[in-house]
Amino acid sequence: MGNSSSMLTQYDIEEVQEHSQRLFSQQEIVSLYQRFCQLDRNAKGFISADEFLSVPEFAMNPLSQRLLKMVDGLNFKDFVAFLSAFTAKASVQQKIKLIFKVYDSDDNGKVSFNDILEVLRDLSGSFISDKQREQVLTQLLKEAGYSKDSYLTLEDFVKVLGSSGLKMEVEVPVD
Amino acid sequence: MSGSQEKLKPSSSELDLDRPNIEDYLPSGASIQEPHGKLRLSDVLDISPILTEAAGAIVDDSFTRCFKSNPPEPWNWNVYLFPLWCFGVVFRYLILFPARAIVLTIGWIIFLSCFIPVHFLLEGNDALRKKLERVLVELICSFFVASWTGVVKYHGPRPSMRPKQVFVANHTSMIDFIILEQMTAFAVIMQKHPGWVGLLQSTILESVGCIWFNRSEAKDREIVAKKLRDHSQGADNNPLLIFPEGTCVNNQYSVMFKKGAFELGCTVCPIAIKYNKIFVDAFWNSRKQSFTIHLLQLMTSWAVVCDVWYLEPQNLRPGETPIEFAERVRDIISVRAGLKKVPWDGYLKYSLPSPKHRERKQQSFAESVLRRLEEK
Repeated sequence: MGNSSSMLTQYDIEEVQEHSQRLFSQQEIVSLYQRFCQLDRNAKGFISADEFLSVPEFAMNPLSQRLLKMVDGLNFKDFVAFLSAFTAKASVQQKIKLIFKVYDSDDNGKVSFNDILEVLRDLSGSFISDKQREQVLTQLLKEAGYSKDSYLTLEDFVKVLGSSGLKMEVEVPVD
Repeated sequence: MSGSQEKLKPSSSELDLDRPNIEDYLPSGASIQEPHGKLRLSDVLDISPILTEAAGAIVDDSFTRCFKSNPPEPWNWNVYLFPLWCFGVVFRYLILFPARAIVLTIGWIIFLSCFIPVHFLLEGNDALRKKLERVLVELICSFFVASWTGVVKYHGPRPSMRPKQVFVANHTSMIDFIILEQMTAFAVIMQKHPGWVGLLQSTILESVGCIWFNRSEAKDREIVAKKLRDHSQGADNNPLLIFPEGTCVNNQYSVMFKKGAFELGCTVCPIAIKYNKIFVDAFWNSRKQSFTIHLLQLMTSWAVVCDVWYLEPQNLRPGETPIEFAERVRDIISVRAGLKKVPWDGYLKYSLPSPKHRERKQQSFAESVLRRLEEK
């Protein structure tokens, strides 16, 4: 993929498609490339954090900083692979895996009580006190059969979220 | 990295204290249904609606769409049309462009040789000097328009010089101002630019009474508001022209109007400008090119074709706030010029959204959690 051209060859499209488990159609990949080039203002080959933040809808999102850590500096192939979790064809397992990664900020395969607390803090801001957040979380964990000291793994996430009919889909506009 | 790119900072809260609620306009996305029932662990761990909104914004968002250049469709895609297109390129660059450059140079020579004497010799006789300078500015703007073979169709009654009225228009490029100025010498309010444009601003445009502002200075807003008010009250000042979007938009969309022009206690006369995309994309994408390159691009295209509509003057209705007034006028202009309205503040090009929006989302999440905690 040339970093200065805005044209994808058929080989490029197929390579990106393979890398993201064929979850996007070729037309969608072309569309995503146009979007990628639009956000990557000086054709560096990746989108930097402040270029993501120049999208106001993204900057307003409470989880934008966490997501930034996951998407900052990705090249186009990895960018598409990241977004592939948001297709309709992606498995529930794949979607839960992405949610898990958002929680597991130190990437050690385990989500601790504090990890969940921090995400809760991003989501609720100053509108719930720290103490109240801890109380609520402890209670909810207990009711689900975990304790404050438990570490949740991906399997635990699948168990808790798998049955709730998870819907996490974004449509790629294709002109 | 272009020279004008600075790190985005959150906008000062005074800039958007009175903005209408963006949430009223934005699609509510995946979080439409209010969750019910007793709070469970899965409800707290399930961040999928928020992630979906974020990913949706990454994939496509209505703000970035406003600033996308739309070059005319290439028509040189087959073996018969290609030589024709090549001939066209040669003609444009080697014949049209030099001819236009010559016309523009002649125009400048005429203008400067009249303007400089008038400016200095008539220093005592203000009224006559102003009148002559006005005519001269209209003249040089006509030369500019001729240098891009501007074909402008004006509709509606020409602006008249009356006190207590301001003109507002949608903004696509700095050439909007030139196109309007060739018909009527407006006093425009503009961002102060560096370079040769800034030089022109501080010398020639001063003479028609233009007002400068500086986007990056927070306190600047009050100073400018006062200048606007003073100017609009004066009887023999040139009519004031304001671009309430505050930034150049790509002529397909309109961003939110700033209320400054609508709270001066004056009649607001809307002007709609629509460029014909087939000839050239007149949008000045200030992120991608400097004004000089933009002008050169215009001078090497076939023509700049546009329509200008002078629309019916509007007044603040009883019980209407300035923001509602601004939105109403924006609606009038957008309908006339075929623009889609988006609920964004144009200044988000230069600064991050205020933390208020994130806080609103946090508040609604917090309230939902606390409410469901009570349910059994």
